[in-house]
Amino acid sequence: MIKAILIFNNHGKPRMSKFYEHYTEDTEQQIIRETFHLVSKRDENICNFLEGGLLIGGSDNKLIYRHYATLYFVFCVDSSESELGILDLIQVFVETLDKCFENVCELDLIFHVDKVHNILAEMVMGGMVLETNMSEIITQVEAQGKMEKSEAGIAGAPARAVSAVKNMNLPEMPKNINIGDISIKVPNLPSFK
Amino acid sequence: MALKIVKGSIDRMFDKNLQDLVRGIRNHKEDEAKYISTCIDEIKQELKQDNIAVKANAVCKLTYLQMLGYDVSWAAFNIVEVMSSSKFTYKRIGYLAASQCFHEGTDVIMLTTNQIRKDLSSPNQYDTGVALTGLSCFVTPDLARDLANDIMTLMSHTKPYIRKKAVLIMYKVFLKYPESLRPAFPRLKEKLEDPDPGVQSAAVNVICELARRNPKNYLSLAPLFFKLMTSSTNNWVLIKIIKLFGALTPLEPRLGKKLIEPLTNLIHSTSAMSLLYECVNTVIAVLISLSSGMPNHSASIQLCVQKLRILIEDSDQNLKYLGLLAMSKILKTHPKSVQSHKDLILQCLDDKDESIRLRALDLLYGMVSKKNLMEIVKKLMLHVDKAEGTTYRDELLTKIIDICSQSNFQYITNFEWYISILVELTRLEGTRHGHLIASQMLDVAIRVKAIRGFAVAQMATLLDNAHLLTGNTQRNGICEVLYAAAWICGEFSEHLEDPMQTLEAMLRPKVATLPGHIQAVYVQNAAKLFATVLRKHDGETESQAAQETSQLLIDRLPLFVQSANLEVQERASCILQLVKYIQKLQQKNVEVAEEVTALFAGELNPVAPKAQKKVPIPEGLDLDAWINEPPSGSESEDEKPKAVFAKEEPKHSRSRHTEVDEKELARRREVRKQEQASNPFYIKASPSSQKVYDAPGVEHIPVVQIDLSVPLKVPGMPMSDQYLKLEEERRQKEKAERKKKEKKKKREKRGKERKADSGPESEEDITPAHQVDIVTEEMPENALPSDDDDKDPNDPHKALDIDLDKPLADSDKLPVRTHRPEVLKSPAEDRDGESVPQETKKKSGKEKKKDKEKDRKRSKEEKKKKKKPKEVEEELLESQPEEAVQSEETKEAAAPPTSTSAEQEVCVLMCVCLQEVTAPSSSAAAVDTSSAAAPESEPDEPKDTEPEDTKSSKHKKKKQKKEKEEKEKKKKKRHHHHHQHHGDAGGEDSVQNGTVEEEEPLPPMSNYSLLAENSYIKMVYDIQGNHQDESKVVVSVIFENKSDSFLKAMEFNVLDSLNSKLQRPEGAGAHDSLTVPFQLPPGVSNEARFVFSVQSIVMPQKLKGTLTFIVKSDESSTHEKLDFKLHFTCTSYLITTPCYSDAYAKLLESGDLKGSSLRLEGINMPFHHLLARICFHHHFSVVERIDSCASMYSRSIQGHHVCLLVKTSDQTVSIDAKCDEPSLLGNVLDEIKQTFSKC
Repeated sequence: MIKAILIFNNHGKPRMSKFYEHYTEDTEQQIIRETFHLVSKRDENICNFLEGGLLIGGSDNKLIYRHYATLYFVFCVDSSESELGILDLIQVFVETLDKCFENVCELDLIFHVDKVHNILAEMVMGGMVLETNMSEIITQVEAQGKMEKSEAGIAGAPARAVSAVKNMNLPEMPKNINIGDISIKVPNLPSFK
Repeated sequence: MALKIVKGSIDRMFDKNLQDLVRGIRNHKEDEAKYISTCIDEIKQELKQDNIAVKANAVCKLTYLQMLGYDVSWAAFNIVEVMSSSKFTYKRIGYLAASQCFHEGTDVIMLTTNQIRKDLSSPNQYDTGVALTGLSCFVTPDLARDLANDIMTLMSHTKPYIRKKAVLIMYKVFLKYPESLRPAFPRLKEKLEDPDPGVQSAAVNVICELARRNPKNYLSLAPLFFKLMTSSTNNWVLIKIIKLFGALTPLEPRLGKKLIEPLTNLIHSTSAMSLLYECVNTVIAVLISLSSGMPNHSASIQLCVQKLRILIEDSDQNLKYLGLLAMSKILKTHPKSVQSHKDLILQCLDDKDESIRLRALDLLYGMVSKKNLMEIVKKLMLHVDKAEGTTYRDELLTKIIDICSQSNFQYITNFEWYISILVELTRLEGTRHGHLIASQMLDVAIRVKAIRGFAVAQMATLLDNAHLLTGNTQRNGICEVLYAAAWICGEFSEHLEDPMQTLEAMLRPKVATLPGHIQAVYVQNAAKLFATVLRKHDGETESQAAQETSQLLIDRLPLFVQSANLEVQERASCILQLVKYIQKLQQKNVEVAEEVTALFAGELNPVAPKAQKKVPIPEGLDLDAWINEPPSGSESEDEKPKAVFAKEEPKHSRSRHTEVDEKELARRREVRKQEQASNPFYIKASPSSQKVYDAPGVEHIPVVQIDLSVPLKVPGMPMSDQYLKLEEERRQKEKAERKKKEKKKKREKRGKERKADSGPESEEDITPAHQVDIVTEEMPENALPSDDDDKDPNDPHKALDIDLDKPLADSDKLPVRTHRPEVLKSPAEDRDGESVPQETKKKSGKEKKKDKEKDRKRSKEEKKKKKKPKEVEEELLESQPEEAVQSEETKEAAAPPTSTSAEQEVCVLMCVCLQEVTAPSSSAAAVDTSSAAAPESEPDEPKDTEPEDTKSSKHKKKKQKKEKEEKEKKKKKRHHHHHQHHGDAGGEDSVQNGTVEEEEPLPPMSNYSLLAENSYIKMVYDIQGNHQDESKVVVSVIFENKSDSFLKAMEFNVLDSLNSKLQRPEGAGAHDSLTVPFQLPPGVSNEARFVFSVQSIVMPQKLKGTLTFIVKSDESSTHEKLDFKLHFTCTSYLITTPCYSDAYAKLLESGDLKGSSLRLEGINMPFHHLLARICFHHHFSVVERIDSCASMYSRSIQGHHVCLLVKTSDQTVSIDAKCDEPSLLGNVLDEIKQTFSKC
């Protein structure tokens, strides 16, 4: 089981958090903070596993994380998950984000956290891995995106126009903060599927 | 219309959307909290608007704020609103918000049941998908129960997208509603072979999660998984399956044997490291589970270790980490194979990655032997010195202690070395583990008697240098060590060279800065030292030294008497007074030493950690009983301080065997020696090297001349290293000696057998440096051996420990869709359409309660107003909720797995083999029938009985099959529908004016009456009408074999009358008998059903019949026959039918019915029993009930209405009845009369 999926940046700002067990908002923030604290002080080229034990329910749990450019992707899992499998899942997740956002950067995650949630929902459900095939995930996400657009129809047009105008005025929007070399693969870990 | 929408959206396009909110927060970095609070105010305004788009936008923003740590539970209801939007876009927003912030305590969740159900059955797969995803995050036991059936249906959906989600969510449903596991499992198993790989993977996922917690229940799936493992190419699935096998093999070693080969093949063939790693892991699990002795065992181990070595040597830190992790698993069972890679592991200790170092440390734990312990610990000590960061250093410290102390100090050959290591560890700065070191010191000093002298000397030095430990505030954790040091010095003070000096060290003013509990130990042990000093100077008249000691104490103790710590203060003042007294005696030249020493006489033995728990409670001792009458409130306060002392005392002071005489001590010593002889941990002296110590009695021997000339700290070289050197020398010497001896022996025994050469030094060859007495822990006499108290009773997975191999019983059914029956609907309304139930549904929750309360109030008012019938009727029906449920149930019951209605129509002769359902043993079957014969024999039914009865009798036909289910459901309902229940109770209370008779349980009732009986067989039967067919009734006959013989070839025949005929299969003659489709072993009973067609139902009828059968015993078989008379009462043509009060009133008003009445005298039972009886035996249902008056309704299979008005007063019951068929009514009334005349 996956207990939680956290995305935060190099400064510990949460960009997305998904807990598959219930915690109060305060505890959630505390978990994010502590996880950031644990993960951020680790060097780049050391192992991606961390016995997080104390944070979320018991010593059975592990933190498995990857660091891409400005973002940390952290999965908290129990012993029923394969460590290397989860590492690969993170890779699939990031690659999917990259495809869906077309060259994903931190800002995409900042402004479209709902979309990130929707993509994640096609991969992991209730803490269990639902789908690992990237093209299948993208197909489903896109199909839902189409539905959304068709529902918005005429009614959505003005709103879209306004938000486009708003975005135009936004100097900080350029997609300059790329999440590094997205296609890094774990060495010696041939693609999973 | 479209214009309006456009207008609405133009209005809201200037609302803040999520992007604006994020942007705003980013622009207000310095006053973020303030900005967000204004945003929340805006959101609150938006939520008040009717436009769902605005609401959805607001909820979307709230989801973002929730991530930032803001509590948004106040908007839960709005989230539900957005969830129920018809547009996918908004629905998704709503479900996302719900999944982020709903949890079991969210009360609006109960409003969502119907919405979710609707979404689940939506034609749009993404609506369903979104609902499933959301539900997976916030499913509650109630939701799980209500929706389990819907989700199960989705598991067979045509779209794999839905199927896989439905399969996956079942795990959550099982967790919340364990009853669903058994009924859903067959389908889940089916999905393991789903054509879609995603669905298959989901099913594997779920079963693996289930099996991980309760593996034994899933052993039977092993062949299926085995097939999957060899056929699947999906690495995710393979990994899950292989992990699952890892959990299963410990339970079934044969499985392991089969697994080794395919796993080995996979290890060789796969290129995916993740798969390789899991394979290795499972092979390890297999090897652990197999008892050694497999021939190719070592080959597999070698393969694993070799592969792991490759992983560990890899440059990828992740692989290195996992390699070490897996290695530690091998270590437990095959330490030898791992020990050969010691070099590699020690190398990992130098890794820059802390995780890897920690893993390597774990491995070290299992790799030590007597031979290498000192060497390894030396390495670790080096790391301790080098380590940066306290966490890792603390970890090292605990590891060192773990490694050394494991299995009762098994690997320690030289305890002096160990003590020195401990002392060195105290130099660690800022460690948290002072208490750990302290407890080790205590443990060693107490249990290893031979080391006490050395330990005491070391501790004395520690005490003397206490300022080194306490000087720095940062080192506070370490001062715990002084606790141990003081205690050891005091307790074993006889070993002290210069007790006076130690005493002085312990009473330095600086001690007062130590924590209270340590000071207390100091004070107490100062007294012990005092006693020792006195004894030392015993006999010397006018000993100056002794008097000086007393003076020292008298000078120094007042400091402690002033301590703020109560414990210290108390001890200090006690001892101070004692010393003052002693001083006086000393001045009078009285010998005091012996008496003072007696204060601390006796020996302290270690107590096993669980000893206290294992003391059996003596028979007849009730620990909860008051010894004295409980004190009144005011007294208890006075007693508090006493309690404090009583509690704290044992922590610090020793529990002494005060009055133990010499004999007893001697006896104990003897016993202990015997114990030691049989104790595997007791290291026996090897005569070759330690002849010197052959003296009897361990206590008196200084085992080794402790070389105290070894300075405590050698500059440049830690003391423990000295021991390492010494030890090596010693071993060399021993070896040489042994060789010499062996040579001698060889010379002597040459020509006889040739002994294997000693070769490399083996474990056993290493003798301990000095004889060590590891005192075993004391256990109470007759301690209870059981020890499995470590399981967490709160584990949710415990509930899922369900045997899945048993065939599905009828009780294992998911509850089908039921309505919470709080809102009264007439049947007409009910047929109205889908919308009605949803609306009523939404009214649940708080509103429901409010409704009820309103109703109750209303009914009270009503009563005052002399009970207007209609209003009260409603109220009464509310207390009969089961009926509404029932009507729904019959509609929905057509769903799988047992399609009852279909069965009813098709079956000409239906037989339910109870034997198949229950265990095959005859006794179990007998029990089953006995409970079947008394279906309502649950005496614990206070209020629910009436509705339950009507319900069950209505379902007569299914009753036998569903009996258990019904009961279970009842229980569930009682359990889950709290609201409804409260409503019930409340309603009835108001009606009953609180009379207690309601509480009386109903006597057991059965509708089965005796058909015929002889010495071989007994038949009981019951007749039920059939809704579907107005001319058919079903007779259920239970056959019970009373003999010791086997009954077979039973044939059932009835002489048809003009009116009633037994339905025979096509082609059979009118007088042919029907074969009973089962045989009866001795003592077993079983039920068969026969369908009869009837024409007129207005008159009761009797049919003659015969049962023929063959009695087969060991020797012979005889043909037997039993005649019977089937009595078709008019009651048996009635079917329990719920009736709504408005319909009932209409019916009575119509004037089509003819009346009749009946008076029953001397009825001596509570009114609700009376009603229950009528309901149960005569298939009526209660329409309403006011005090001692009730209206009841039933319907015949041919549609006659029968209405009763039952009144009771003083043992007299009058029944006014109306029916459109007077003769039927007359007969029914006669039968009612008979029922009551019987009791």
